Amino acid sequence: MDKNNIPKELFKPIERKEDTSEKISRPSRSFGQDARRTLLKNIPAMLSLFVLLAIVVFSIIGPGMNEYGYDDQDLSRAKMPPRVPGLENISWLGFDGTLTEKIEGTDVEDATEKAIMRFGNKPDFTDIEVVEQGNGTKGSAEVKATFHAYDAKGMDDTYFWLGTDGLGRDQWTRIWRGTRISLIIGIVAALIDLIIGVTYGGISGYFGGRVDSFMQRIIEILVGIPNLVVIFLMLIVLDPGITSIILALTITGWTGMARIVRGEVMKLKNQEFVLAAQTLGTPNRKIIAGHLLPNMTGIIIINTMFTVPGAIFFEAFLSFIGLGILPPEASLGSLIDLGFDSLRIYPYLLLYPAILISIIMIAFNILGDGLRDAFDPKMHK
Amino acid sequence: MTRYILKRILYMIVTLFVIATISFFLMKMLPGSPLNAENKLTEEQQEIVLEKYGLNDPIPVQYVNYIAGLVKGDMGISFQFDSTPVTKIILDRIGPSAQLGAQALVVGVILGVLLGLIAAIFHNGVLDFTSTIIAVLGTSIPSFVFAGLLQWVFAVNLEMFPVALWESGDLSYTVLPTIALMIFPMATCARFVRTEMLEVLGSDYITTARAKGIGQAGVVFKHGLRNALIPLVTVIGPLAVGLMTGSLVIEQIFAIPGIGEQFVKSITVNDYPTIMGTTLFFSVLFIAIILVIDLLYGVIDPRIRITGGEK
Repeated sequence: MDKNNIPKELFKPIERKEDTSEKISRPSRSFGQDARRTLLKNIPAMLSLFVLLAIVVFSIIGPGMNEYGYDDQDLSRAKMPPRVPGLENISWLGFDGTLTEKIEGTDVEDATEKAIMRFGNKPDFTDIEVVEQGNGTKGSAEVKATFHAYDAKGMDDTYFWLGTDGLGRDQWTRIWRGTRISLIIGIVAALIDLIIGVTYGGISGYFGGRVDSFMQRIIEILVGIPNLVVIFLMLIVLDPGITSIILALTITGWTGMARIVRGEVMKLKNQEFVLAAQTLGTPNRKIIAGHLLPNMTGIIIINTMFTVPGAIFFEAFLSFIGLGILPPEASLGSLIDLGFDSLRIYPYLLLYPAILISIIMIAFNILGDGLRDAFDPKMHK
Repeated sequence: MTRYILKRILYMIVTLFVIATISFFLMKMLPGSPLNAENKLTEEQQEIVLEKYGLNDPIPVQYVNYIAGLVKGDMGISFQFDSTPVTKIILDRIGPSAQLGAQALVVGVILGVLLGLIAAIFHNGVLDFTSTIIAVLGTSIPSFVFAGLLQWVFAVNLEMFPVALWESGDLSYTVLPTIALMIFPMATCARFVRTEMLEVLGSDYITTARAKGIGQAGVVFKHGLRNALIPLVTVIGPLAVGLMTGSLVIEQIFAIPGIGEQFVKSITVNDYPTIMGTTLFFSVLFIAIILVIDLLYGVIDPRIRITGGEK
């Protein structure tokens, strides 16, 4: 057949198919759903979330779980070691209600005597284990003394789960009460930063011009003063307490959020949807709150998530140096401070609050990282 | 550039002036006077003392005198130690603090860079994972918790280092406090260098360098690390500032006779002139460090255009 001369009847119209190349084959996901999926798949972040939730629950119910109040002082039961029913027979866990210390002496006898004196001269309740025989010179012999504190005081049926402090206050109750205060300070400070920062940054960024430059000068001055200095000055003047700490932390703390929100607003405000809203006569207040803010929820959540551990750290730091929460009230920082006073014989007073604050800080940071991965559009690939 | 520096220094002076003014009036608002502890003085004697220290003058006059004194480096007289000028207290105690801070910053940054570098080279490997965990722990756990742990393990139980105190010239006293202080800078640097390094190693000129046949070491150190380190300068400023915060607690824990320890002591006995003097001293350091780092960044990376003074 001649190639250039194809008979007409061989031509036939192709079958019309629906164009599928542009079709979205799966249900579309919104940004929020996408972020939630990323977050739910992030195992460390979800684990941190559960740990934090558990800590929050315990900070609420923990202080009421035994009969001791956070401020019940009783010197007759001061510095009792941790003892937990059930776990008391597993000695390496440290919940068996004993105190141990290694004591040196010229020979075993000398060291033993010193060790018994060390725990209130109660030889019946002090087990001695010889570590080093010694040769008569000073400090050559060493014994390990184990003191059964509960038996010695005749408190066989008493259990202080995490022991008691120097004034006989139950450490379990105080730790969870302290956690509650630390968490309240962290969360309230973060919320105040959020509210002031978002409002200030939103107004400054949206209106721009003279309003913006005036508001930014104020921020520049505030940022120029080191925040530690501001916090110190505030706390020296105010009466110590939760409110003062929150006030001191937030008085300059909101500037970070304000700067971020301002930057975002300036990026968004020239986009068409804002113009459309303006054309329709939407009031400025509603444009900022209803159109701009929902578009930067992610960045606001991330920033808040990192503010909370920052505030918790600062509270602990301030209580530690004696400018924060004052006794008899407890906070994790002040408990750690007290723990240092008797680190050598009563390490549990430092150990548990220190572990708890570390877990809280780590969990918040990992969760914050997870949220950043989920919400930061730059991270989506 | 000169204009920019001058402008920044001017800003710095204004900020310091604001801080000094606020702290002066706060000090005047506080209850109590330096004479409270000495009730035995007759009224006449009290009058003489107040006259001597200028506390009888009207507050505006006192304020002018205070600011004039500050300009000359005179920060008033401590309530706590009899007639010792605050300036002298600070100068006497600057040595241990400076040594500790410098050691922690230098060791912390070097170790942090190494850690970050290893993590980036062995990306997604076991070493990367370990280094990331160290970084998360280091940035999360407060330095005073670390200090307690170190003291308990290495000083009390293993007896490798002294528990506390300070002997000038004896480095063993500085080991534990330095480690406690350097954890945070180390972890921050490790995180930062890892991110930067991964970005740099993925860039085109690294591919070019590899294509030319340069070995792994050459690529990583000569082409990669040098570029990854430039932005690190911006992190070091805040880290140095953070070390000062850390030193307040670390010095107290290890009983080191530095400025931080003095500051905490002054807070507990309400020695206001010393608290204010130290606060001002910290402010000067904070602001100066930030300024130096900003300027340094411009010098190191010529791409950064400082346009502040050209409006």
